[in-house]
Amino acid sequence: MSIQGRNVTLHDMCLRDGMHPKRHQISLDEMRSIGRALDEAGVPLIEVTHGDGLGGRSINYGFPCNSDEEYLKAVVGVVKNAKVSALLLPGIGTVDHLKMARDCGIGTIRVATHCTEADVSEQHIGMGAQMGLDTVGFLMMAHMISPEELLVQAKLMESYGANCIYCTDSAGFMLPADVTARIALLRSELKPGTELGFHGHHNMAMGIANSVAAVEAGANRIDGSVAGLGAGAGNTPLEVFVAVLNRMGAEHGVDLFKIMDVAEDLVVPMMDTPVRIDRDALILGYAGVYSSFLLFAQRAAKKYGISSRDILVEMGKRKTVGGQEDMIEDVALDMARAKG
Amino acid sequence: MSKKIKAAIIGPGNIGTDLLMKARRSEWIEPVWMVGVEPDSPGLARAREMGLKTTSEGVDGLIPTMKADGVQICFDATSAYVHAANSAKVTAQGALMIDLTPAAIGPYCVPPVNLKDHVGKREMNVNMVTCGGQATIPMVYAVSRVQKVAYGEIVATVSSKSVGPGTRKNIDEFTRTTAGAVERVGGAAEGKAIIVINPAEPPLIMRNTIHCLTEEEPDQAAITRSVHEMVAEVQKYVPGYTLKNGPVFDGKRITVWMEVAGLGDFLPRYAGNLDIMTAAALRTAEMFAEEMDAGRLVL
Repeated sequence: MSIQGRNVTLHDMCLRDGMHPKRHQISLDEMRSIGRALDEAGVPLIEVTHGDGLGGRSINYGFPCNSDEEYLKAVVGVVKNAKVSALLLPGIGTVDHLKMARDCGIGTIRVATHCTEADVSEQHIGMGAQMGLDTVGFLMMAHMISPEELLVQAKLMESYGANCIYCTDSAGFMLPADVTARIALLRSELKPGTELGFHGHHNMAMGIANSVAAVEAGANRIDGSVAGLGAGAGNTPLEVFVAVLNRMGAEHGVDLFKIMDVAEDLVVPMMDTPVRIDRDALILGYAGVYSSFLLFAQRAAKKYGISSRDILVEMGKRKTVGGQEDMIEDVALDMARAKG
Repeated sequence: MSKKIKAAIIGPGNIGTDLLMKARRSEWIEPVWMVGVEPDSPGLARAREMGLKTTSEGVDGLIPTMKADGVQICFDATSAYVHAANSAKVTAQGALMIDLTPAAIGPYCVPPVNLKDHVGKREMNVNMVTCGGQATIPMVYAVSRVQKVAYGEIVATVSSKSVGPGTRKNIDEFTRTTAGAVERVGGAAEGKAIIVINPAEPPLIMRNTIHCLTEEEPDQAAITRSVHEMVAEVQKYVPGYTLKNGPVFDGKRITVWMEVAGLGDFLPRYAGNLDIMTAAALRTAEMFAEEMDAGRLVL
């Protein structure tokens, strides 16, 4: 299907999902310089927060070097055209965090739940919509349920006031046909005015292909991350996706050369280790495991002398969902004991 | 031979019914009334079958004969919205109120940590915090009673099927209330609570991870001993309260991993999060009853 002339809103993740590979240690100066550069490149939406969203500061997910409030104010303060978004996972963050983020000047709130648990987002989506924010319902680990089941949850979020619904491939498990089936059904059944988005992880190298499939099936918002900086093998590399959209003739407003330079000159030099499809990231995608478990599994593997791949496979067998980082050390302890 | 204290349960739903089944086995508590608002509620029908008096007129249906029936303890298993009114009516009749809703009018009660204080102070309304709080605060306290805890964090993971619509509509109440009680009851200077809902089938048994950061280097032997003693204390009323891993020490971080399986009375065994609420509420009532029996507490 041609996407020639279609409008696609690109949403950069490197200052939020990118916090995972950075162990939430991105500095305020880095936030400002990257935020400014993304804005100058024409990226319309930039997400900023702890990797696990507002209130993610914890032993369980990691202590960031600055507060969400400081990060949000820093980036809001340097962008001229772009809007800043924040992520909120009910159960981790609360409406108090949402109010704080609104006061910092965000334009978009994205309320994320596991794909079967949309009904915990009612108060947060409701408040976001009431505040007049661009309010997005973000259904994570969407590979775990059928398109029909996903639709039921999407309709709940729509009914609470979300003006955009995301199909989120948190594990980087989906193949293009999986994306097509989900987005196409949401497009045909949700209100015509409700926008649709796709958030990919590159664990099976499907970030670009899945994002193209999403646009073809009716999504108009796509998440990517400059240089792919994100959990697991990273998100859909934004500069690559811009190049693909250019070739396909879609409209997005981002300057390809400028976004390439942001990737190469600012984001890659900031990486602690290359964000790539190593065997652990591949197993995340292959086994359908939440991408931000990667570094936790690698640390636990080192500490207890076991294989990080085995830990991740076991996390998959236990049907863990986003946020269960605490189970990684638990699994590692069980495995180390079994090993004797 | 102890004289059982008569009790009323307000709210004939899953929680109220599970509580009823546990209370019927109690040496100290005799459930005599079940209070609901729906005439054809299955919970009221079950309570009638078990020989309880029932009303579908809410607390107003209980009050007129409450004193004559000797009811001295009420459990409220309804919702935060109606608890305040229920509590005012019940305590006006001189009965104690044990609050299983998130209303938290009275002080938080986590039995192995502070129940004795409440009994000593003759509190007329005590609140059972949250399921996550009941399951984790004893562990935070097990550390803080050894040495100062600068930060306590709990992660409660519960099965999707065990989380009711009330909790879902106001999940912030869970995180806020639990975090507050980690501080006020658990003894951490700063508290944080996280809840994760997992839809896996078969449903997972409640899991809790408790992290503490101590101010000074942790006394590993003393903390380990304290944790094991506390586990044994909670097991007295929740036999399925199990230490799965830990305590693990990593610098000033102490982590324990717990599993909470229920007794499977009315609620399924995996719903340890609900079981620990009803078990803790009954344990609370029993301790008040023991005090009454000994003549130390006169209502």
